Amino acid sequence: MIRMLLWVLGGALLGGIVHLGTVLVLPSLATQDAYSRIAPIARVNAVTPLPPPTPESAAIPFMDPAFAISVCRYDLSDGPIKFSVPVSPAYTSVSFYTRSQVAYYAINDRAAGRRVIELDLMTTEQHNDLPGDEELTAADRLIVESPTVTGLILIKALAPEPGLLPIARSTLAAARCIVQQP
Amino acid sequence: MRLLFGTLLALAVAAAIGLGATWLAITQGTAYGGVTIGAWTAWPKVGTAGIDPYARAMIARSGELPVGSGDGVAFSARTDDAGKPLDGRCDVALAGITPQARYWTITLYDPEGRLVPNSVQRQGFTSQEIIRRADGTFEITASPRARPGNWLPTGGIERYVLVLRLYDTPIGMATRTGREAPMPTITQKACP
Repeated sequence: MIRMLLWVLGGALLGGIVHLGTVLVLPSLATQDAYSRIAPIARVNAVTPLPPPTPESAAIPFMDPAFAISVCRYDLSDGPIKFSVPVSPAYTSVSFYTRSQVAYYAINDRAAGRRVIELDLMTTEQHNDLPGDEELTAADRLIVESPTVTGLILIKALAPEPGLLPIARSTLAAARCIVQQP
Repeated sequence: MRLLFGTLLALAVAAAIGLGATWLAITQGTAYGGVTIGAWTAWPKVGTAGIDPYARAMIARSGELPVGSGDGVAFSARTDDAGKPLDGRCDVALAGITPQARYWTITLYDPEGRLVPNSVQRQGFTSQEIIRRADGTFEITASPRARPGNWLPTGGIERYVLVLRLYDTPIGMATRTGREAPMPTITQKACP
C-alpha cells in the first residue's frame, strides 16, 4: 500500500513538471495565435489595414471596434525598418509585438510629442552595428530594439464616434513601414 | 510486474495532473499580477515584456493581442458586483465614473471575444459618445431590448464579457485600490 502511495506521489511530482513544461511550450505550438491569424492577410514589411471587426468575422478576437487598426508584419533579416505614422486628431498609438505576442513596446501620440510618430526598428545586433557618428546624427530619432527578428506592429487610430472612422482610416493609410536601404 | 504497474500508475497520474492543471490554468485565467477592482480585473503586466508564462499561454490560445502598457490598460468583467455571471437576457446597469484616462472605450463581447450581432450595430461606447449626467457620472444599460439613454444591446446571448479599455492612463501596475481607479459598478436588475 505504501509502495503504491509512493508511486502516486512520484506521479504527482512528475505531473508538476509536465504542467510547467506544457505551459512553457504551448505558445510556440499554438497555431491559432494572433501572429498566425494575421500572417495570411498581411504582407511582410508593409502596412496592411485590418478589416473592421464585425460579429461575423474579426481578424483576431477582442479587437476594439472603436479603432481603425492597421498592422505591419515585420521581418528584420534584410535590415532595420523605418516606421512612421501621422497622428490622427483623436488618439493614435503604435504597439510592438514579438512573434509570440509579447507586447515589448508601445507608444502613443502624446508620448511621441510630434505630429508624426517616427522610429527605427532593429534587432539588438543591428543596433550594435550602427556606426557611432550615425547614432549621433540620429539622436532625435527613436530607436526600438526588437527581441525577435519577426513580429507585428499594430497601429491604431481612435474614432471617438463611428462617423469619424473614415478620418482615422485615412490617417493610417499614410503609415509607412519599409526596410532601410543599407 | 509490480514495477511495471507502478510505473504506469505514476505516468498516468503525471499526465492527468500535468495536463489537467495546464488546461485549467489557461482556460480559467490564472495569470499573475491581476488588479481587481469591483467586478473588473486587469493584468497590466500582460502588456509588457515581463508577461508571465501563464498569460503567454492564454494569449497564444485565445489569439488576441494584449494592449501594450504604453498604450493603455484593459479591464474585463464577466460577472456583476455580486459575482453573478453577466446574463444577456437581463438588464444590467453600469453606473459611475471611470479612472483618469484620455479616452476610454467599453465593448461587449461574447466569451470567445467576438462582437455580438444586434439590430442597431452598437458594440460599445467611447468616452466621447456617452451621455453623462450633469455631475459627470453616466449609466449604461446592457439589455436585450431597447432602453433610453446609453443602451448597450446584448443580443440576448447567455453569457458575455464587458471590456473597459483606458487609453493613455496613469492606471497600471502600481494601481491597487478602487480609490485610485474608480470603476463603474455593475448591477443586474430585471431578469425575465
